[in-house]
Amino acid sequence: MLSEFFQFLFSGITSGSIYALAALGFSIIFNASGVINFAQGEFIMIGGMVTVFLVKLGVPVWAAAPAAVLAAMAVGLALDKLAIEPARNAGVVALIIITIGASIFLQGIAQVLFGKGQHALPAFSGDVPLRMMGATLLPQSLWVIGVTVVIVAAMWWFFSRTLTGKAMLATAANPLAAQLVGIDTRFILLLSFALAAVLGAVAGIIVAPITLTSYDVGIMLGLKGFVAATLGGLGSFAGAVAGGVLLGIAEAMAAGYLSSEYKDAVPFVLIILVLFFLPRGLFGARVTERV
Amino acid sequence: MWGDPRKGPLLLVAMIVAALPLVLPNTFYFDVAIRIYLNAVVAVGLNLLIGYAGQISLGHAAFLGIGAYASAILTSRYGWPPVAAMLVGALGVAVLAFVVARPILRLKGHYLAMATLGMGIIVYIVLVTESAWTGGPDGMAVPAFGAELVGERRWYWVAGACLLATIWIACNLVDSPIGRALQALHGSEIAAQVAGIDTARYKVKVFVISAVFASLTGSLLAHYVGFITPQLSGFFHSIELVTMVVVGGMASTYGAVVGAAILTVLPQLLSTFEGYELVVFGLILMLSMIFMPKGLVPNLAGWLRRS
Repeated sequence: MLSEFFQFLFSGITSGSIYALAALGFSIIFNASGVINFAQGEFIMIGGMVTVFLVKLGVPVWAAAPAAVLAAMAVGLALDKLAIEPARNAGVVALIIITIGASIFLQGIAQVLFGKGQHALPAFSGDVPLRMMGATLLPQSLWVIGVTVVIVAAMWWFFSRTLTGKAMLATAANPLAAQLVGIDTRFILLLSFALAAVLGAVAGIIVAPITLTSYDVGIMLGLKGFVAATLGGLGSFAGAVAGGVLLGIAEAMAAGYLSSEYKDAVPFVLIILVLFFLPRGLFGARVTERV
Repeated sequence: MWGDPRKGPLLLVAMIVAALPLVLPNTFYFDVAIRIYLNAVVAVGLNLLIGYAGQISLGHAAFLGIGAYASAILTSRYGWPPVAAMLVGALGVAVLAFVVARPILRLKGHYLAMATLGMGIIVYIVLVTESAWTGGPDGMAVPAFGAELVGERRWYWVAGACLLATIWIACNLVDSPIGRALQALHGSEIAAQVAGIDTARYKVKVFVISAVFASLTGSLLAHYVGFITPQLSGFFHSIELVTMVVVGGMASTYGAVVGAAILTVLPQLLSTFEGYELVVFGLILMLSMIFMPKGLVPNLAGWLRRS
């Protein structure tokens, strides 16, 4: 009984880590620009797919993974420079459509380059499951959780201990005031896209050995990342991480105890219920609208 | 009537609808025209919500899907007459939209986008999973609407009549007190409230109206095509519907019609770019929004006024 519970918990924390990384990406870009980047899932796809194909060409994983991260970062920078910056004055709906257009475009490129099939990446350190509290745990799950913990810690350090990180927070709080104290907000925006792309790509690489990867893997992962970011309150970094892990656990528990067929619906039911009672997510700021 | 800035174009659309069969060479083109008209009905309805009331919905395809499946299931499994199935489907959608509207439309901006998107995906997953009723991901066949209503040439007139009726209703709605209340709350919800407008009630109303337009179209589309899949209610279809409204031009009924025409014809044209359809479609979506964030019709109108 209890071992079953731990089994669901482990798998929930593993997928929750991926959602947390995706949600962090959403929040970072949202903070810098007010844009919900629907192409966030494509960074996850690019990370996984580029690594898989470099490995197939004979490149070792430890070299392929950083190359994939760099590729995603380049795409992130291009997305900001070519699509978001020229449309700064467009409305919310137009920006949503631009990022969805970018997402479809990137999926199209991946389909042309890598085909429509599903691809697997070998696990980083073997497939022999570990036994823990009566449940089994794949070594790759430990990789996912470990890397996520390291990244979240690094993000915390970056935003609270470095000048650039604080400049990003200042830009999020008030772009005009940030400009007045000498912060280059355009650079901050560019940096946000690079950072979000890196987070997404890392998530895509570490999860690829567990779930297969394909050109359209980013759609669902991206949407669930958006759910996680909203659950925690858009723009809140702690909220994004908590939202992601919470979402993963809720999804795994519902799949295990209620219905595995409706696993993918769980995040969306959850977010609608939460928004009914807390219209700005669990940790979102309570703000008053100015007229 | 020509001088009226809203009714004049309606007459023009009516003339195009009436004259088009004279020049359409074969049933393939009739099929494209029918799809344009039906998509335009949904887009005009959705434009009332997005363009006039300023509330986004990333899940409107769900209502279309519910309408389609209500018609399909009630007529094929229970032998209902198509019209009754269609009306019951629309009634069901109206009730559903009414129930979810109040809590959902309390949300703003991206939170509203999230909630409507979530609702759409839930409906999609239900349609895929309940395969005993819906045939699952493979879809299900739908009986014909009636013995007389078969073939593209007959359906053409049905779709055309629906489009004209929809435009007429939308134009009247926009010029009514409801329309003015919606535009006021688009400008500033709080200012509208201060002016004595029950904004929540109007938002719910327009949400229900646009959902019913989608549901009725879904029923017609199901009978016309004769086969439906859950893809009809998928996330991507919802995005397509929103794009029709935005590409044509928000807060412009005729813009929505133009947007529906573009988004219907575009995939047909793109089939020549074998393998590159997604690349080109994504690119066009991005470029049109970057260079014409207000949409085609308002941009053209501004350009005409200047020259």
